[in-house]
Amino acid sequence: MTAEPLLCVQGLRTIFHSQKQIVRAVNGLSFTLDKGETLGIVGESGSGKTVSMLSIMRLVPSPPGQIVGGEAWFEGKDLLRLDDAGIRKVRGKDLAIVFQDPMTSLNPVLTIRRHLVEPLELHLGLDGHAARQRAIELLQMVGIPDAANRLGDYPHQFSGGMRQRVMIALALSCNPKILIADEPTTALDVTVQAQIIDLVKSLRREIGMSVIWITHDLGIVAGLVDRIIVMYAGNVVEIAPVMALYARPHHPYTVGLLDAIPRLDTAGSRPLRPIPGRPPDLVELPEGCAFAPRCFCQGERCQDERPGLREVGPGHYSACGKEVGEAARLAKLSAD
Amino acid sequence: MVSSSSVNGAPLVDVRDLRVHFPVTRGTLWAKRVGAVKAVDGVSFKIFSGETLGLVGESGCGKSTTAMALIQMHPESSGQVFFEGTDLVTLQGEQLRRMRRHMQMVFQDPYASLNPRLTVESIVGEPILVHGLGHGRKIRERVRELLSLVGLDPRVITRYPHEFSGGQLQRIGIARALAADPKFVVCDEPISSLDVSIQAQILNLLEKLQHKFSLTYLFIAHDLAVVRHISSRIAVMYLGKIVELADRNELYQNPLHPYTKALLSAVPIPDPVLERRRERIILTGDVPSPIRPPEGCNFNTRCPVAKTVCFEQDPPLEDYHGHHVACHLLR
Repeated sequence: MTAEPLLCVQGLRTIFHSQKQIVRAVNGLSFTLDKGETLGIVGESGSGKTVSMLSIMRLVPSPPGQIVGGEAWFEGKDLLRLDDAGIRKVRGKDLAIVFQDPMTSLNPVLTIRRHLVEPLELHLGLDGHAARQRAIELLQMVGIPDAANRLGDYPHQFSGGMRQRVMIALALSCNPKILIADEPTTALDVTVQAQIIDLVKSLRREIGMSVIWITHDLGIVAGLVDRIIVMYAGNVVEIAPVMALYARPHHPYTVGLLDAIPRLDTAGSRPLRPIPGRPPDLVELPEGCAFAPRCFCQGERCQDERPGLREVGPGHYSACGKEVGEAARLAKLSAD
Repeated sequence: MVSSSSVNGAPLVDVRDLRVHFPVTRGTLWAKRVGAVKAVDGVSFKIFSGETLGLVGESGCGKSTTAMALIQMHPESSGQVFFEGTDLVTLQGEQLRRMRRHMQMVFQDPYASLNPRLTVESIVGEPILVHGLGHGRKIRERVRELLSLVGLDPRVITRYPHEFSGGQLQRIGIARALAADPKFVVCDEPISSLDVSIQAQILNLLEKLQHKFSLTYLFIAHDLAVVRHISSRIAVMYLGKIVELADRNELYQNPLHPYTKALLSAVPIPDPVLERRRERIILTGDVPSPIRPPEGCNFNTRCPVAKTVCFEQDPPLEDYHGHHVACHLLR
């Protein structure tokens, strides 16, 4: 592409120390994020999707966590090597994050006003009247009715959907360049989820920010993102523009995932094809491809070599050595 | 899968005007009842032998409470629950226990619903013991058989719950539900706490077992795609009431209630072309409190097409050739 990517992550490795064992949560993650782009990161539990974002934001509790390799370049600085003061200047200002459970991210003994005013004072130097005005604006922007009166309320006085809107307001308060949303709607009802997704769509245009949306739900990202990264066992298995990922999934895990989920429009008309087995133990990762034990189209080299990402289409990369379309074809064969 | 229109004869389960109102009290020493949480507020439906009735709705709609009340776990409930023609509400003690053998449940959280201090053998064998269907070695044999049926190695009978993954625990929960050879199984969100790639395994297992043992299911879930996949008929609940009930394909292809339409339009589909073309109905506001449901139709605070009558009268569930809807706009 023409412009420099906004965020460039190379070879990120994060481990956790646990009872004399090492859990390899992120194993060499590399990706880029362009300005104005919305990137989806899809994976199940243990895929490393959350830990990788927490690593970039330097929010991984250390100990027991430890970033043991890689770089994360943002505006000429490697986020992984900034000191505490340095990362605090970026976090909450240029890089903001919204978590899954608003009840544990919001302090129950502080009013919404106190929550919102903190980053405004810290990063923008606003205080008193100016901060209060901005806080009201932010609540209005995320669709909280009667915003001025709700400033003095506590988190428990809001519903789940409203709390998540407050979290978004908090994240957007200093006009971030990148918003990271980690499963922000997983705990919400589907109609509330639709409201929140709608909100993020309109705000990203208004503010012109890049978004990284983390989820296990391949339905949500289909209508929301420009590109998708599929993660498995701490690494990327496939990267593709959104249309290409669904039309021509390459990696057997992606193919398997798409076959295993019932779709609202076709459910009941075709059998579900589950992926056999279970996600791998991150302590004892296999030698070769981490997905090999569950893969339906195993080749001879899969057990021995860890495949790197190779190009299988324009902007489309897959960590599988098979021919283009092979996995999908084999999946169809095994079903008939 | 059996649709209601092709079955003649009496339903296996017949629920009539089920209500579960939890009292709200004020005061400590002399507690005064000041109101009620109307968790389930007049729910009626039938389930025919061999079919799967799906029950969907968002949080607080009363679907789980309905299920628990159905198997008589809520003393605060009123209404009638007929199982094979007998009103369970009239039964007590030994009589109720004999009926209970045929009504089993699979719960949402396998970590919470299996006793961590019991072995798999004890957990799965308990219903057999409780209902006097065998003892000693016979139980062990039956447990091994059940574990194979659900896809687990029979040798795990000596292990404890903490040694298993979520998906495996759910299989154990299913084995337990089948132990007493029931006719009817209530599945309360059986796969929502599992990883996506494992969900399909458990869903397929439930279907396979249904065919093998001619089971009847009440399948409760919030995931509408999953419910469409496994159900023959589906009931949609909102704030304690059923707002729509229809055959599976009929509900998804021709939803009639405004809430059902909004619900369906909100479900994401893993298809980027479709997603960009779809028309979304975005509901405003939140679900009202079940302590103070609105006057008239419960949905009137968020309904995009509500009329005057909707704020005055609560619409009854009407039958339009097997497609039931509670909405004034259709009357």
